[in-house]
Amino acid sequence: MTNSPSITSPEAHGLARPRTRHFGSAAVWVLSAAIIGYALVFGGYMATIVAFALIYAVFVSGLNVFMGLTAQVSFGQSAFAAIGGYTSAVLTTTYEWAPLPGMVAGLVFALVAAFLIGFPTLRLKGHYLAMATLAIGLITYEIAVEWESVTQGYLGISGIPPLGIGPFEAVSDRAILAVLSVIVVILAFAVTRIRRSRLGRAFSAVAGSEEAASALGINVSRYKLVSFLIAAAIASLSGSLFVHVVGYVSPEVFGLHMVILAFTMVYIGGLGTVAGPLIGALIISILPEVFRGMKDYQDLAYGVTMILILIYAPKGIAGVADALDARRSA
Amino acid sequence: MTAILEVTKATRRFGGLVAVNDVSFKVSSTGVTAVIGPNGAGKTTLFNIISGSIPPSEGAILLAGEDVTALKPEAKAARGLVRTFQLVKLFQDLSATENVKVGFHLKSRGGLMAALFQPAWAKQAEREAEEKAAALLDLVGLSKVARTSASVLPYGQQRLLEIARALAAEPRILLLDEPAAGLNAEESERLAKTIRRIAADGTAVLLIEHDMKLVMDIADEVVVLDYGRKIAQGTPEAVKRDPAVLAAYLG
Ligand SMILES: Nc1ncnc2c1ncn2[C@@H]1O[C@H](COP(=O)(O)OP(=O)(O)OP(=O)(O)O)[C@@H](O)[C@H]1O
Ligand SMILES: [Mg+2]
Repeated sequence: MTNSPSITSPEAHGLARPRTRHFGSAAVWVLSAAIIGYALVFGGYMATIVAFALIYAVFVSGLNVFMGLTAQVSFGQSAFAAIGGYTSAVLTTTYEWAPLPGMVAGLVFALVAAFLIGFPTLRLKGHYLAMATLAIGLITYEIAVEWESVTQGYLGISGIPPLGIGPFEAVSDRAILAVLSVIVVILAFAVTRIRRSRLGRAFSAVAGSEEAASALGINVSRYKLVSFLIAAAIASLSGSLFVHVVGYVSPEVFGLHMVILAFTMVYIGGLGTVAGPLIGALIISILPEVFRGMKDYQDLAYGVTMILILIYAPKGIAGVADALDARRSA
Repeated sequence: MTAILEVTKATRRFGGLVAVNDVSFKVSSTGVTAVIGPNGAGKTTLFNIISGSIPPSEGAILLAGEDVTALKPEAKAARGLVRTFQLVKLFQDLSATENVKVGFHLKSRGGLMAALFQPAWAKQAEREAEEKAAALLDLVGLSKVARTSASVLPYGQQRLLEIARALAAEPRILLLDEPAAGLNAEESERLAKTIRRIAADGTAVLLIEHDMKLVMDIADEVVVLDYGRKIAQGTPEAVKRDPAVLAAYLG
């Protein structure tokens, strides 16, 4: 994750604080807004695709805190989405809770699970956490399948109520898109603030050099855990959102494919960037639709596009935009 | 002299190799103490033991009288012992200013809630961090590159930035591992001044250095290692004339 030398040149920075311009990242936000706006206006199938993309953007925002800001690896974030999703599903159907308290309960369960996995493994050097998270992803899946009395196994749970607070319910495509967009924007805002805070600097320090971080008094394993918990909480939120938007949940929803898709989104969007999760999720969700007409060549076109993006924008789309801004403000 | 740091019979083995062998010395709570010795003498290993990066095989480390032998680096940093690295370890993705700000970690507060809701005190702390970081960058002569990404700084400036970052933690004792390596003559002179200034401000400095001129210029006390053993200790003048030291360097 080192910056390429071309981005900022030391001579270019005077004593005075340069006026930063953000055309690049603004362009990324405008593009994202345009895609969402299109879905809002025209609705239909596109609205469904974009709604899923936004739920993924939430999930990826959490992954981005852990992988992007803190440079750690987790293959099991889908487990926390499953915990959130199933908790919401069970509490709002069987126990007839309202969506919001159901979500909060899911969040608490996800945090407890993340703590139980993260606390022992994040203290160890090496990739214990990555392996442990892979395991918890599989275990959660098994539990969703086997604990039939609660989860109804492969059958899944249907009849989950839509998102809503009190008398307000997000039932229409537009209402759903609006609610999800607001959540994604709030998360982006939160990530912006975290990045510029003492907490965010501690994450960057852990990402940059664990040895140097601890030499400056930063408790490395503690900050990894905090980052992991934040990611788990956001994953849980995305799981809850999913079940309320779709109205149905089954074990397959939170499988390993979710993790793979999210990894693709975070890299294409730009690891560690603010706008990356959203633009990454939108592009990865829409591309297959764009190439649908190409029938047999669909997968090929999708793969080639991926490779082209990673060659010409190795730091992701938002990463390139940020780099352009840095060059401009220099 | 009051000792801020006391190393007692420190030994560190790597398999059959004894990198640090039964080394004892005290570091005064004021002034500059230098550790010198030929390549591979065990200087960095000694620093690693003192700072807690690796445990000693035997021996003890006392910091202001407290036994800190088994403590982790972050716990030692919290007690006022901060180090820099022979191979610079900056946070590459952060600007020079942000690197220094990380150094304020121990001297500031605030977690997730402070980050998200930015209460007045957190904003105030952030402004102060900005100002103090600017002052520290000025001290080491890096004001011009304050907003430059650490990854693109020339090597000499990276070293100076690492020192500024360590100073941000307001150490009682600062360990510098070859701070002048890679510096040009001008930067080296400035470094010497900076180190004297740090010591004059009341921070004990323990430094490893190959540049003999620098050591003779700024050290009050010199510890000489050879093949892991302490072979001499004293003032720069005394050490320079010590036959064992001459033998180690010439023979
Ligand atoms: N982690 C390690 N594992 C095995 N051997 C090591 C390790 N660290 C250091 N050594 C060995 O210990 C000896 C002392 O190394 P050290 O780095 O402490 O020397 P130094 O005095 O700092 O040398 P230099 O002036 O080259 O920096 C060397 O022979 C080195 O190869
Ligand atoms: Mg060394």
